[in-house]
Formats: sequence, structure tokens, C-alpha cells
Amino acid sequence: MWTRDRRTRGEWIFDNLNVIAMLILCFATLYPIWYVLVNSFNDGTDAMTGGLIYWVPRKFSLENYDTVFKNAGIMTAMGITVAKTVIGTVLHVFFTAMVAYALSRKELIFRNGYMIMGTITLFFSAPLIPNYLWLRDLGLLDTFWVYIFPFMFSFFDLIIFLAFFREIPDGLEEAAKIDGANDFLIFVRIVLPVSMPVVATIALFHGVWQWNDYFTGLLYTNKADLQPIQTFLYRVVAQSSSNQILGATGGAINRKVTSQSIKLATMVITTLPIVVAYPFLQRYFVKGLMIGSLKG
Amino acid sequence: MEANAEVQVPVHKPASGRKRNRFLSRFYSQRYLQAMALLGVAWMILFNYLPMYGIIIAFKQYIGIGNYTKAPWAGWEHFQAIFEDDLMIQVIRNTLGISLLKLVIGFPIPILFALFLNELRSLRFNRIVQTITYLPHFLSWVILGGILTTWLADIGIINDVLMGLGFIKEPIFYLSEPKYFWTIVISSDIWKEFGWSAIIYIAAISSISPDLYEAATIDGAGRFQRMRYITVPSIKGTISILFILAVGNILNSNFDQILVLKNQLNESTSSVIDIYVYEIGIKQGRFSYSAAVGLVKGIIALFLLLLANSFSKRMNQSSLF
Repeated sequence: MWTRDRRTRGEWIFDNLNVIAMLILCFATLYPIWYVLVNSFNDGTDAMTGGLIYWVPRKFSLENYDTVFKNAGIMTAMGITVAKTVIGTVLHVFFTAMVAYALSRKELIFRNGYMIMGTITLFFSAPLIPNYLWLRDLGLLDTFWVYIFPFMFSFFDLIIFLAFFREIPDGLEEAAKIDGANDFLIFVRIVLPVSMPVVATIALFHGVWQWNDYFTGLLYTNKADLQPIQTFLYRVVAQSSSNQILGATGGAINRKVTSQSIKLATMVITTLPIVVAYPFLQRYFVKGLMIGSLKG
Repeated sequence: MEANAEVQVPVHKPASGRKRNRFLSRFYSQRYLQAMALLGVAWMILFNYLPMYGIIIAFKQYIGIGNYTKAPWAGWEHFQAIFEDDLMIQVIRNTLGISLLKLVIGFPIPILFALFLNELRSLRFNRIVQTITYLPHFLSWVILGGILTTWLADIGIINDVLMGLGFIKEPIFYLSEPKYFWTIVISSDIWKEFGWSAIIYIAAISSISPDLYEAATIDGAGRFQRMRYITVPSIKGTISILFILAVGNILNSNFDQILVLKNQLNESTSSVIDIYVYEIGIKQGRFSYSAAVGLVKGIIALFLLLLANSFSKRMNQSSLF
């Protein structure tokens, strides 16, 4: 593969420099993540005293993870994140796809009106404060549903669904109709199952967004037991209240961990599901992004 | 159409009655579809349109308690206050400064990356590089903020390396000094997004017909000439559309990112419009003034997007809408 076949000397040099540049980029991408991983497996007190740890743990320890898993606050936040990601994603995908399917049918009366209504939402949205006041008046603040309902639908995602639904042959639906199925059943039993690639794509993007979102938790809730793990981490990272973690662990009884080492372990646990799922989901997002970009 | 006809024509005419019946029966026959669509419409009314009504607090004296429809009117007072707000100049400078630098430095990088990635001879290596460089896009800014605060700390890796190499004598508190903030924001944004932003260019390049390259090779075009005269012109449309989006977004700073990295010490370079709206509104409770700032920003941003679009339309016949 790397032979000098038919290449000029200049091209050979270019190819090799190009490969080296790409390797440097990959290293620059992976190393910061590796650094966090290595330090999260190192004894916290040791990391504080003996200079930085660059490549492998100097004094290997599972204490950081042990402390995190025994911390009720972190585990509650983790549970909220999992719940909001699963429930939020399922509802978002089902609801948006359902509306998209209705709008994909040409015989739908008022179809243009509905489309115009949706298109307007792509350009105009209520600013932060009016939106906050409205959700407050709806009584959604400090409830779990503030993570779900306001994000259950997206017209942008609807457009991606539309592009996909248009490609479904009409015959498929006609057959079901003759069997007496109504449009909702056709959507659930026929359209959704054949649309798995686009469903997976939208689910992936919304799921990642739900998992990573910290601002909703920061803005719309003051209850500690309702904050997702990202909001919890935000408070630790940005407000540098690193003692909060230690305080939450019960006053730093364990001398082997520091607030910093616990922070790193929490970061790893928070990121792990994404990194593990990532290679499997990769083929979907490339495909999905293409559908989206074709629509432009 | 049918709905209008039904209202205008007197009911006793037989023709209209039939028309109405036809409309109703057509509507009834698609009742499930209509219910599915109307649920979406109801959601949009509830979560997109009704919150917009709250914009009226920008014209009122609302202090956050009770029903804002009953608050006394303030007219243009809050909008005039924007011009008298000393912090506004700083906030606008930070917003435009960060956005423009992101545009100038951050916009070409994914294009260059896609071009050079395309020149790799091994398709497998190409795929591996893509997989790795997309990854940071899926990390949250909180996680990246955690990495950055660790790296930039006084005993962090950056200070350690720079001191080890003898560039600096004393550790620098990067996040506490305003002059480093823009550099940190722009470089971390590039680190996180350059691979992901390249995805569209990679797709555009892969759809170029191989015949073009073959023809050019036969005509004696070298590596760079093919890049210059085939690849780049073929993705020009994609570049200009993404450029429109970027220009239209110039007033939208990366809120999630800056909120994580800003603190009271670097405020003079880190406070951008979106953050300012959040802080004076939610934290200080100046709801009406904050809404006024947000409204003005939204209107200017929309105007910018339309402007960039018409500009691109004239330049190379490709536009968003």
C-alpha cells in the first residue's frame, strides 16, 4: 500500500507528510481524553504531590470510582440523566415522526398551512426570558417533565423524517389500508419499522443532546435531586466548588482521593456511555446527516 | 380554500351544502391523519408560539413576580437603556470578536482537513482518522470544560510543559486572565468541532465523479492542480451555504461553551450577549431589560441571516431559501 509505485518524489514526500499530519491530529484528539482516563485511575493524593502523570497511572487505584459509586448525589444525578435521555428520546422520536408522517401525506387538508407554521418556528423563537416565564407559568419548573415536553418536537427533525417518508412506496400503505388499518396504525406498524435508519439517526442526535445538556437543568430547576449529571458537573467545573463533591461524599474521610481525582472519575463515567456506543452508531449519523444536508 | 368557500357562500344554496359535506366527509375520512398533525400543531402553539407572547415584558416593568400581563407599561424605556448601558459595548465587542475570529480561523480548517483527508491513499486509514476526529463533537462542553480547567490550572499540563521547556518561569492562571480567554475559547472550539464540521465537505468531495480526476490526470494535472481545479470548485456551493449559516450566526456565541469557561475574573473578555441576557435576567432578576436585549439581538440576527443569504444568491446562485 505504501510503495513508491508511479509516484513522483514530490508526491511521495507529500503523501508521507500528510499521513504524519493526520496522525498528529488523531493524537491531539485522543490525548486529552486519555489524560483524564489515566489520572482518574491514579491515587488522588499521589497525583497532587509527585508531579504530573502523563501516560500511565503512577499509583493505580480504584478508590476514585469507588467513592463516586458510593456517592448518593452523583448516583441520583446519573439516574436523572439516564431517565431523561431514554424517555426524552423515545418521545421525541415517536412524536416528531408521527407528525412528520401526517405531513408527508399529500391529501392532508391544510397541509401547507401546517408546513408554514412549522417553518416559521425555524426562524423565530421566543428569547430566553419569555420562554423561561412561560414554562414557569405552565408549572413545569422544578419537575422532571421540563426535560421532556419542551423538547418533544423539532420541526428541523421533522424535515429530515419527511425526506425519508417520501421515499416509501405508496403500495405498502395501500395494502394495509385495504386490510382496514387506520392511518395511525399504518404509521406504527408499517412506516416506523421500515424507517429504522432515520429513526436511529434522529434518536442518536437527540439522545446525545439529552445526555450532554446541562443548561436545562441549570435554568429550570433548583432541586438538587432533579439535576442531571452534566449540571452537577457544571457546578463543580465552572463554579469551582470542587469541595461540593467532597462535601457530598461525607467530608473527605478517605485520604486517598481528592476533589480533583473524583471530578476526573465522574467525568469518565459521564462520558463512557457515549464513547462506548459511538463506534456502533457512527454509520447512522453519517447517513442521517446526508439526508439532512440534502434537504439543506 | 374549501374552508373559506364554506363561510362565504350562503348556506341555503344546495351547491354549497354539497361542497361543505364533501369537505367534511373528506376531513372525516382523514381524521386520524388530522389528529396526528394537529397534535404537532398544538405542541408548536404551546411551546413555540405562546412563549413569544412573553416578549411584551420588554415593553413593561416586570420584576419577575406574578402575572406579567398585568405589569405596568414601560414603552421604549428598556430599549433606550440599552444605549446607555456601559457594559453593552464590552458585550458586543466580545460577541463579535469571538465570532469573527471563529469564522476567520475556524471556518477554513474543516475545509483544509477534508481536502487533505481526501488525498490519503489508504481508505482504511481515512476512515480511522474520521472516526477519531468526530469523537470530540459528542462530548459535552461540561466535560471539555473539566479537561480545560485541569490542563490550564496552575499545576496543569500546559504550565508544566511550558515551564519544563523554559518558556515561562512562573505558572500562569490562564482562565483568570482576560487576555487568554478568546484564545482558549477559539482553540477549544476548533479542537472539538473541526472533524465533525468536515463531514459535509467529505461527503461533497466523495460525490465528485472520478472521471473528472482521470481526465485531469491524462491532461497532465498534478496532485495540487487536481485539488485546486477540480475538488475546490466542486465543493464551492457547499462552502458558500455553510458560510451563510456561519455569518447568520455571528451574534450567537456558543453559550454552552462560554458559560462553562467564564468566571468573574475573566468577565471583561468573556461576557457575550447571550450570557449577558442570562445573567441580568435570571440571576439579577431584571426580566424586562434582559428581554429587551434578547429581542434586539434576535431581530438583528435574523436580518443578518437574510442579508447573507441574498448576498450568496447573487454571488453563486446557491442559497438556503
